[in-house]
Amino acid sequence: MKGATRIDWQAIRADFPILDEQVHGKPLVYFDNAATSQKPKQVIDALVAYYSRYNSNVHRGVHSLSQQATAAFEATRRKVQLLLNAREEAEIIYTSGTTAAINLVASSWGALHVVAGDEILITGLEHHANIVPWQMLCERTGAKLVVAPILDNGEVSLEAFAQLLSPRTKMAAFSWISNALGTVNPVHKMIALAQAAGAFTLVDAAQAAPHSVIDVQVLDCDFLCFSAHKMLGPTGIGILYGKREVLEPLPPYQGGGDMIKEVTFEKTTYNDLPLRLEAGTPNIADVIAFGTAIDYMQNIGLANIEARENELLDYATAKISEITGIRLIGTAPEKRCVLSFMLGGAHPYDVGVLLDQMGIAIRTGHHCAQPVMDRYQIPGSCRASFAFYNTFEEIDRFITALQKVQKMLS
Amino acid sequence: MNEIQDQLIEDFGFLEDWEDKYGYLIDLAKSLQPLTAEQKIADNVIKGCQSTVWLHAQLEGGRVRYQADSDAFISKGIIALLVRVFDGQTPDDILHGDFYVVDRIGLSTHLSPNRANGLGHMLKQMRTYALAFQSKTQNA
Repeated sequence: MKGATRIDWQAIRADFPILDEQVHGKPLVYFDNAATSQKPKQVIDALVAYYSRYNSNVHRGVHSLSQQATAAFEATRRKVQLLLNAREEAEIIYTSGTTAAINLVASSWGALHVVAGDEILITGLEHHANIVPWQMLCERTGAKLVVAPILDNGEVSLEAFAQLLSPRTKMAAFSWISNALGTVNPVHKMIALAQAAGAFTLVDAAQAAPHSVIDVQVLDCDFLCFSAHKMLGPTGIGILYGKREVLEPLPPYQGGGDMIKEVTFEKTTYNDLPLRLEAGTPNIADVIAFGTAIDYMQNIGLANIEARENELLDYATAKISEITGIRLIGTAPEKRCVLSFMLGGAHPYDVGVLLDQMGIAIRTGHHCAQPVMDRYQIPGSCRASFAFYNTFEEIDRFITALQKVQKMLS
Repeated sequence: MNEIQDQLIEDFGFLEDWEDKYGYLIDLAKSLQPLTAEQKIADNVIKGCQSTVWLHAQLEGGRVRYQADSDAFISKGIIALLVRVFDGQTPDDILHGDFYVVDRIGLSTHLSPNRANGLGHMLKQMRTYALAFQSKTQNA
């Protein structure tokens, strides 16, 4: 908390040009940060600088621009390594996002390790991206998808999770923070339990990486993945972290340029990590700008970001609870950044459309987590999700707007 | 059909701000005859809407009669507008008539009909029924 008070949050907010936009003639209140974050001008400038001054393909040119692009491209890998406290840069694989990272693991790791009768354990909190790739793997191999249920407050039942682990469990894959409810899962315990059962572990950190300090050596998970666009970076770039000894034996996910050492029509030898898992010309510009986003977050400090966002969530939770008929979806004791709710009997779609008229952007629907909505027997929820550049005044506007919506729909 | 649309545009024209306009849309939703439980079946659900929208259609004396419902007011208001315009029209008019009311009543642009949104799906489903009834009458 002390750290948070030293930060000039208004000055930080001024770095985000989009936050000055108007929607329907009203100042934008952007509360859809769990879907994607906004970008500071430094990140936008990095994209412009790359395309204006040193756009070039990486890893192959001897000319200066290619050298410069390669250096910037690989500098991001180093920044991600430090961000995660990974042992080495080779453990950092660029993907197009969290979804692509999980698909890579389900495909390459799955091909190596999973056979009929094996089990993949997930939880009832998962985003579709951490369900469907495993279902596809199960269909291919005859393995079984097992789901640890969630409790009424939106926490994963740790007891059930522990009981469902068995020698058949090849992989336990779970989110750190739920995108639909904001629940923080006890990932350290879950990883330890899975390891004790002999399972591999994958942590979907898409909602955690923007808000939390991550240390993969402390976590000791086999895989961890997240997306740049939810943490101030551009769309189309994500990270798959994997322990070297787990990544090393994996068959390549895709074939093509960059991932090879030598190609003849008879035989191809593959490149070393990480390039072996990064076929083709990568997303150079967005990787470089993601590096700028990491610098930007590190300058503020993740601990400061976390403290600020917790204050915003606590304030919003207290304020919204004063509205008659509000039902909070997900009330786990440990939550981050996400306020999922129903406004009385109002359909979330109506709430979203009317809030939009007042310049307020929230997400409505199932948030790509249909099983979570089914668990609460609702068609979807309203979800306000916060980032450090949001303000208490914006929350006040949101609460007033919700009261107006309630009146209009009554 | 155009007279109905022009009348609706005039009605909305009297409403000054977005609150009144959406309030009127919600009133239209409330005035729409609800569907019976038997009519709220999966076959009648229009896919592609964020809320659930049901559309039932039948041919009576060469004209298409539409009934619709939704679990959300805004969607129900929108389909109520469509029902107001298309209900009781001939399949030919429904298929070839110009549907312009939503663009000109001052609701937000994301409610305008395009293939990717709820209104686009509603319009398409209404015309699909009209097409089916048209070929039925031509074959009869």
